[in-house]
Amino acid sequence: MSLYPRNFQLHVPTSLREAIEALEALGEDAKPLAGGQSLIPMMKLRIAAPSALVYLGPLKGELSYVRDGGDYVEIGALTTHSEVAESPLLRRWNPLVSEAAAHIGDTQVRNMGTIGGSLAHADPSADYPAAMAALGAEIVVAGKSGTRTVPAGEFFVDAYTTSLRPGELVAAVRVPKLRGRYGAAYGKVARIATDFAIVGVAVHVSVDERGHVDNMGIGLTGVGPTPHRPRDVEEVALGERLGPELAERIAAAVSRSVDPPTDLRATSEYRRRALRALTERALRRIYLDIARAQ
Amino acid sequence: MVAIRVRVNGAHYEHDVEPRLLLAHYLRDYIGLRSVRIGCDTTNCGACTVLLDGKAVKSCTVFAFMADNAEVVTLEGISEGGLHPLQRALAEEHGLQCGYCTSGMVMTLYYYLNKARRVPSEDEVRRAIEGNLCRCTGYVGVVRAALKAAREMYG
Ligand SMILES: Cc1cc2nc3c(=O)[nH]c(=O)nc-3n(C[C@H](O)[C@H](O)[C@H](O)COP(=O)(O)OP(=O)(O)OC[C@H]3O[C@@H](n4cnc5c(N)ncnc54)[C@H](O)[C@@H]3O)c2cc1C
Ligand code: FES
Ligand code: FES
Repeated sequence: MSLYPRNFQLHVPTSLREAIEALEALGEDAKPLAGGQSLIPMMKLRIAAPSALVYLGPLKGELSYVRDGGDYVEIGALTTHSEVAESPLLRRWNPLVSEAAAHIGDTQVRNMGTIGGSLAHADPSADYPAAMAALGAEIVVAGKSGTRTVPAGEFFVDAYTTSLRPGELVAAVRVPKLRGRYGAAYGKVARIATDFAIVGVAVHVSVDERGHVDNMGIGLTGVGPTPHRPRDVEEVALGERLGPELAERIAAAVSRSVDPPTDLRATSEYRRRALRALTERALRRIYLDIARAQ
Repeated sequence: MVAIRVRVNGAHYEHDVEPRLLLAHYLRDYIGLRSVRIGCDTTNCGACTVLLDGKAVKSCTVFAFMADNAEVVTLEGISEGGLHPLQRALAEEHGLQCGYCTSGMVMTLYYYLNKARRVPSEDEVRRAIEGNLCRCTGYVGVVRAALKAAREMYG
């Protein structure tokens, strides 16, 4: 007994342009294949049965990179979760993204799965989307008439649904460089270590010379169909002194800001409590990290 | 059908395969490498772990065509000159019982230790094998064996 996908036509383009042309020509029933760590399991279970696949693997030379873009760091769509987790450039400028990547699945999944695939798949419990929401990242989308950038807040439309149009591909992601006295943390609660998040919290904070918050970004996963950024809570923190007391207040406000679903993984109430604990822990860690870096 | 050229354990192979053929089946049925086990077939257990261009991957969740022009290493490839230190340590430390998970476990640990190039902590070993399930040993012997092999390799 073994699980087999339905047969499909295979297209192996050699450039991004060719890939877009192939998807355009094949129509909506064709799908791009990146690392396959979501698509292949779904095809084996026949939840997905595309008539054709356009394999992006040969585009690695073009689309697998972590690059300094001045104010931002750009991550090519085919960069694997392992590569993101280990990138020195990201560790230096935006450790939130590397930490989120390190929390995905297990070693083997991280060695194949790509950031572009994860974002395009838009699983409501995935780890990257929370970080992208917290950071206000931009997704670079390539189509037949060129590229456009979409803010993370507009990219995720619904569970497993993005604002990608037919024939379009995720080409890259741009995340801001975090500057000044800042800290960042990603925390997640899962059923078993290697599973998707029941809930996950991505936070970054920077403080002025007196230790008062001058910038904060929060992104949540597992609380609804799309990642959530509680901007009203972020605003409450502005100008306040970062410390255990603020951590507790923000954590309570974060858990009040959502109305998460009850499903097979957890109840709504469990999710709110877990969010509160994760947020408080993340903010306390950031506070200590910043204090220690002085 | 799609034509693929793959280097497996140092030898070159060329085959025409169906696009949907999975790497695990390619390695077992076309090349005859029976160390590649299918446990869950759903990307959870790691019994099918092999190295693809040096990286540990679950071969039940990779199409054979994705290994075109690539290099694959299976358990057979790391034990040609006799048992690998990891295999020996697993046998000595009760790191296996039924053995079904073992080839995948060895490949993940082999990948991890080759990358770490030092003796890791127990916690690091446990995290390294998160993607490999063992239903017999409770992992205690596996972790002990990994540390023993690491000491032999890098101590
Ligand atoms: C055991 C296991 C555990 C996992 N645990 C986690 C976890 O804890 N957290 C988490 O976030 N994820 C988890 N995942 C999912 C994993 O992160 C996948 O790698 C990721 O969701 C998909 O990336 P991929 O490159 O493998 O994409 P693929 O599977 O190749 O594709 C996924 C979807 O995106 C489309 N696509 C791919 N690339 C592009 C592109 N560049 N442009 C447009 N569309 C594209 C495909 O057509 C498909 O619809 C897990 C997966 C497994 C198997
Ligand atoms: S058989 Fe591949 S992960 Fe279980
Ligand atoms: S020894 Fe039996 S599953 Fe690991």
